[in-house]
Amino acid sequence: MSTTTAESTTTARGTDWGRLVRRHGWTVGLAVLFLVMCLYWRSATIRPWGSFDVQSLCIDALPLAFAAMGQAIVIISGGIDLSIGSLMGLVNVLAAKYMVTDLTTVTPRSFQHALVVAVLLIGFGFLAGALTGLIIQVTKVADIIVTLAMLFVWAGAALAVLQVPGGGAPLEFSSLVTTDTVLTKWVPKPLVILLLAYALIWLTIRWRRPGLALYAIGSNRPRAYLSGINVPLTRVMSYALSGTFAALGGLALTAAVATGDPHAGDIYTLNSVAAVVLGGVSLLGGVGGLIGPIMGAFVLTLVKTILVIKGVDQNWAQVIQGTIIVLVVMAGGLAIRQKGKGG
Amino acid sequence: MSVVPADTERRRVDVRQLLADNPALVLTFVFIAIFVATDIINRHQGQGAFLTTKQVSTTFLYAAILGLIAAGQTLVMLTGGVDLSVATTATTGAFMVSGFGDRGAGLAIAVALAVGLGIGLVNGIGVALFRVNPLIMTLGVSTITLGLLTVYAQTSFTQLVPHFVATLGSARFLTYIPYDLLVWAPIAAIIILGLRYSGIGRMIYAIGDNPEACRLAGVRVWQVQIFVYGTCGMLSALAGVLLVGFNDAADLGIGAPFLLPSVAAVVIGGTSIFGGYGGYGGTILGALILTVLDSLLVILNASAATRQIVYGLIVLALAALYARIIATAE
Repeated sequence: MSTTTAESTTTARGTDWGRLVRRHGWTVGLAVLFLVMCLYWRSATIRPWGSFDVQSLCIDALPLAFAAMGQAIVIISGGIDLSIGSLMGLVNVLAAKYMVTDLTTVTPRSFQHALVVAVLLIGFGFLAGALTGLIIQVTKVADIIVTLAMLFVWAGAALAVLQVPGGGAPLEFSSLVTTDTVLTKWVPKPLVILLLAYALIWLTIRWRRPGLALYAIGSNRPRAYLSGINVPLTRVMSYALSGTFAALGGLALTAAVATGDPHAGDIYTLNSVAAVVLGGVSLLGGVGGLIGPIMGAFVLTLVKTILVIKGVDQNWAQVIQGTIIVLVVMAGGLAIRQKGKGG
Repeated sequence: MSVVPADTERRRVDVRQLLADNPALVLTFVFIAIFVATDIINRHQGQGAFLTTKQVSTTFLYAAILGLIAAGQTLVMLTGGVDLSVATTATTGAFMVSGFGDRGAGLAIAVALAVGLGIGLVNGIGVALFRVNPLIMTLGVSTITLGLLTVYAQTSFTQLVPHFVATLGSARFLTYIPYDLLVWAPIAAIIILGLRYSGIGRMIYAIGDNPEACRLAGVRVWQVQIFVYGTCGMLSALAGVLLVGFNDAADLGIGAPFLLPSVAAVVIGGTSIFGGYGGYGGTILGALILTVLDSLLVILNASAATRQIVYGLIVLALAALYARIIATAE
């Protein structure tokens, strides 16, 4: 879906159905799974199911969707970013701290102030991600180790900003994702924000040099280098984009819960990888898009929502969700293995 | 090799060569240096000497827990993997011992080790048979385990740390020798000698060096991988047993502070992140260095946040340094 149909229509034979199915079959399958789950969700809800439920699902899924988009970009370019979750946590506590006048009374500042803070934090996320990418590029240490170390650096920084959950956000800022909807009540604001971010950040680069370079270095780095692609710059860019999306995720978290928690981002590192794998992006890099991971994020969130509706204890829900994630990545691993055997 | 380098260049290479050839020597020096530095700072703050037999003994008492977790981590990292579930597995070990404590220390420890082995085997199966990225597999298993533990901690659960376990984890004999050294020292000896002389030890290195060549040479790579993850799980659970013996009560966050230090100890010890190079001797020194460093940070009144950042930066700096050394040594 993310790769659009432009490619297939340019072939001389018209629409190449086989190629379409190969490229987008997984995404379509995921969409069908999501719809089936939605139907089950609707029937499982005791009180009348309606736009409110759709809206709350979107609010829940927004931070994970952003994390998955960032993670997907890094994985497509052949890396992995384990620091996404803790960077989200850091942005979350920074936002919650600086959007209030002081932490004891928790009086929110003006909406304009909150917006300035948000823009600065998105810039911070970009720079933080670029720093991670730069360290990987300069030290030649494995991306996994660098991002693991950065995970602890950002988590430590988040603890230094706020030891215990606190802070807040102005009501207007929260209402950016919560109350009111655009056009009709069936189009929730988080979905609009998500699509805006997708269009503004991803679609502007996807089919141009930077986007193609991301796919190229993820697919075959030496060949990408030989084709004249600036590999170091592209790698740094992938992490900078990941940091940007992590910041957006942290802000979405702040808006959704209107409080800061240094551990709020912890779960997103693993869940973002799961959403990416579920979204049909190979951990080997070079293939996939962002729509799949976004849908993966919605599916994972819906799993938890359904479990909560079914009255499953919160901790059991975590266990079940974790098991599903592990099974998903195991299936993904098996798929890579089969592919390796075939080719 | 045939070209004789200029005199100054040779000397510079020699320092690197020394570090590459004898990391243990350099690390021992670093350990003593940090210990002396801590002593000076402690005296400066008017809290008396730190360089005492008692403190050395305490350092070894603390280091045994990290040393055991890092032992499993070393084995896994030598094969080119990493285990991020060690902290949760240690917590699980702690919970199992205190949960089954009323049925005798022997059974409690056996249950803890068995559960640890089970967690490790799940990791191993995921990594070896399903080819899941080790980081993701172990992180996922860690999440599941922590969820299960939370459920377990909320339901019918009475804590009782057996006396034997408490002694093992916190007491000393002959005034200065911690009992946990009796657990750590033999295991350390087995791992160091086993890695060097046993078949499976050599295979662990070989797999880390080149898994594909190993597979073609007829090594059952998956068996070795399952073995190292299983061992890692068991050693982590054992560390959890000592930990709950030391703390006298298990809580859900008991193992968490050991996750990054376990990786850091291995990296400080000179084991390559990509596997195939290094050993447990260096890790032991890494664990000792980190334990003294922890004391130093406590003396300096550093917050948990600062410590976390310092650990992260140490791992980064050392990984970069070793990457450079290995690049020049080759």
